[in-house]
Amino acid sequence: MRLNEEHQALRDSVRDFAREVVAPVIATHYEEHTFPYEIVRQMGKMGLFGLPFPEEIGGMGGDYLALCLAVEELARVDSSVAVTLEAAVSLGAMPIYRFGTEEQRRRWLPKLVTGEALAGFGLTEPGSGSDVGATQTRAVLDADREEWVLTGSKVFITNSGTDITSLVTVTAVTGTEPDGSKEISTIVVPSGTPGFTVQPGYSKVGWCASDTHELAFEDCRVPAGNLLGERGRGLAQFLSILDEGRVAIAALAVGLAQGCIDESLRYARQRHAFGSPIGALQAIQFKVADMETRAHTARLAYHDAAARMLAGEPFKRQAAIAKLYASESAVTNAREATQIHGGYGFMNEFPVARFWRDSKILEIGEGTSEIQRLVIARDLGL
Amino acid sequence: MKTVVLVKQVPDSGAERRLRDADHTIERESADNLINEMDDYAIEEALRLQEAHGGEVTILTMGPTQAAESIRKALSMGPDQAVHVLDDALAGSCAVATSAVLAAALRTLSPDLVLSGAESTDGRVQAMPHMVAERLGIAALTGARKLTVGGDGTLTVERQTDEGYEVVTAATPAVVSVWDTINEPRYPSFKGIMAAKKKPVSVLSLADLGIDPGEVGTAGATSAVVSHQERPARSAGQKIIDQGDGGVKLVEFLASEKFV
Repeated sequence: MRLNEEHQALRDSVRDFAREVVAPVIATHYEEHTFPYEIVRQMGKMGLFGLPFPEEIGGMGGDYLALCLAVEELARVDSSVAVTLEAAVSLGAMPIYRFGTEEQRRRWLPKLVTGEALAGFGLTEPGSGSDVGATQTRAVLDADREEWVLTGSKVFITNSGTDITSLVTVTAVTGTEPDGSKEISTIVVPSGTPGFTVQPGYSKVGWCASDTHELAFEDCRVPAGNLLGERGRGLAQFLSILDEGRVAIAALAVGLAQGCIDESLRYARQRHAFGSPIGALQAIQFKVADMETRAHTARLAYHDAAARMLAGEPFKRQAAIAKLYASESAVTNAREATQIHGGYGFMNEFPVARFWRDSKILEIGEGTSEIQRLVIARDLGL
Repeated sequence: MKTVVLVKQVPDSGAERRLRDADHTIERESADNLINEMDDYAIEEALRLQEAHGGEVTILTMGPTQAAESIRKALSMGPDQAVHVLDDALAGSCAVATSAVLAAALRTLSPDLVLSGAESTDGRVQAMPHMVAERLGIAALTGARKLTVGGDGTLTVERQTDEGYEVVTAATPAVVSVWDTINEPRYPSFKGIMAAKKKPVSVLSLADLGIDPGEVGTAGATSAVVSHQERPARSAGQKIIDQGDGGVKLVEFLASEKFV
C-alpha cells in the first residue's frame, strides 16, 4: 500500500504545519481550555477544511484519504486540533454536501469548506448515544408558518459553540413510520436561532482545546426548507456519515499512536539510567517496537478502509476494524509512552500526558469499541 | 512584473550532516534535502507581489536531478513555472561559478525582479545575490526585511542591519535578497500540490546556456576545500555570579552576541 506523490506532499505539508504552527502554542490552549482560532484560521488558508470537496464548491478537489492524512499528521502533535478538523469536515460540512439541495449547498458550504465557519453534528442525546433510534428530540412541522419546531437536547457536540459556528445539523423525530418505529429526519439549525441555546463548555478529561457543548432546543423554529435530504431518512444518512467518520477517527487515533512513538524515541535517547540512554535497555526497546507495530498495523487498516471507500466498494466492516484497532492501539501506546517517560509522563507539560488524556475518548466517540465489534460481527453474518 | 526566485536545494540544517572524506563534499544521503529555508520567504514575497501587482513568478534552480523535488514543492506554493539548470559538469561548483550559471539563465528569462534568500543554510556565503547582480549589471538590494513596489516600478527595501535598518531604493530590474523577518511563508495546499504537477519545468544544460563545462564544477572552482574536521564539542557556558553588577554583565553578554 503506497501513497501517491500528491498525498505524500500533502502529508508532508501538514506535518510541517503541525510542528511549526500547532506544537509551539497548543499546550497553552489545552491548559487554559481555549479554542485555537488562529490555528484554525491558518488551517483554513491551507485548504484543509476543503480537502475532500470538489473545486466547484470552493474545495481542494482532494478525497477522503487526503482528509485522513491531514487528520493523522495533526493528531501526531495534538488531538484537539485534529478532531476540530475531522468533525468540521466529516460531520459538519459533509452531510450538507452529501444530502443538501443545490440551494442548501450554496447557502452553507462556501464558508464551511474554507474553515471560515464551522458546523456541528447533533446526534447524541443525554439518554441515547449508541442507540440512535432512541432519539427523543422532536421536530413538528407547523404547516401554517412552514416551519419546523424543535424541542429537545443534544450532548457532547463538537464545534457547536465557537464564535465561528454557523449551524448545527440535528437529528429529530418527525413522525411515526408505518411499522410503528420513529421517523427520524435531519434538520439544519443556524446558530443564533431563537430557542436554540448553547450551554457552557464541559470540563473534559482530554481534547481540552476542542469545542464541545450541550445544546438545548425549546420552541426553536427554523424554515421548513431546512430539512436536510428526505424526510424520514435521517437515521440512514447519519449511519453512512458515521461509517466514513470512523475511518477519519481511525486516522486520528493512528496519529496519536505515532505521536507517542515520536515522543518516546526522543525521550529514550536523551534520558540516561544505569550508565546509558534508556533506549539501550531492552525493556524500553520492546515497548517501542510494540508501539510501532500497533501504529503501523492500524495505519494499514485505515488506508485499506479508505481505499475501499474511494473505490466505491463496501467498507463498513473495514472501517469498524480500523476504528476499533486504531483507538485501542492509541490507548495502549499512550499508556506505554507515559510509562517510558516515568514521572515526567504524569506532568501535563509533557506531550505524552496530553496524549494519555486524549486517547480514551477514541474508544468511545464515533461508535464505542463495543459498537465496532457489533458491526464487525453482524457483517460476518452473526 | 516578471519575477524570478532563486531556489536552492540544501541538506536539512536540523539534521546531523557529514562531509565525505574523499572530496570534502557533503554526503547527500546523510540528511533529507529541502528547499533552503530563506528561499521559502523569497517565494512567499514573490507570490504576495504577484497577488498585488499581477505578473508571473518563475523558480530558478541549479542542482542535481533530485533538486526536481524541491522545484515541485516550490511550485506547489503557487509560482507559475520553473527552470532547472541541470548538468553533470556542475557538481562541486563554487559560488563564483554558480553565479555565472545563474546569471546566464536569468539572461534568458529577462526578469524585472530577482528574489532570493539572503543566505543558504549550507554554504552561508551570503554573496550570491550580489554576484548575480554584478554579472547582470543591475542593482542588488540585499538583506531585506520589507519590500514595496511603487507605482512607477521603483523598489523600496528596508535593509536589515545589526543596529536597525536602512531604507534603500532602486529601479527595476534589480536583485532583492530577503531575511526570514519579511513575511510568513504559506504552506502548500492540496490544490497547489495538484496544480504543481501540471506546471512547466524547463531543463537547461550548460550547452543551452553557452557555458564551457571547464569553467564550472570542481574543475573550474576558484576555491578548494583541502581538509575538514568535526565540530568541537560544545564548551561549558559562561557563569555570571551577581556581585552587584550581574545585570550589567548580562546585558553586556547579550549585546556582545547581538541579542539586544
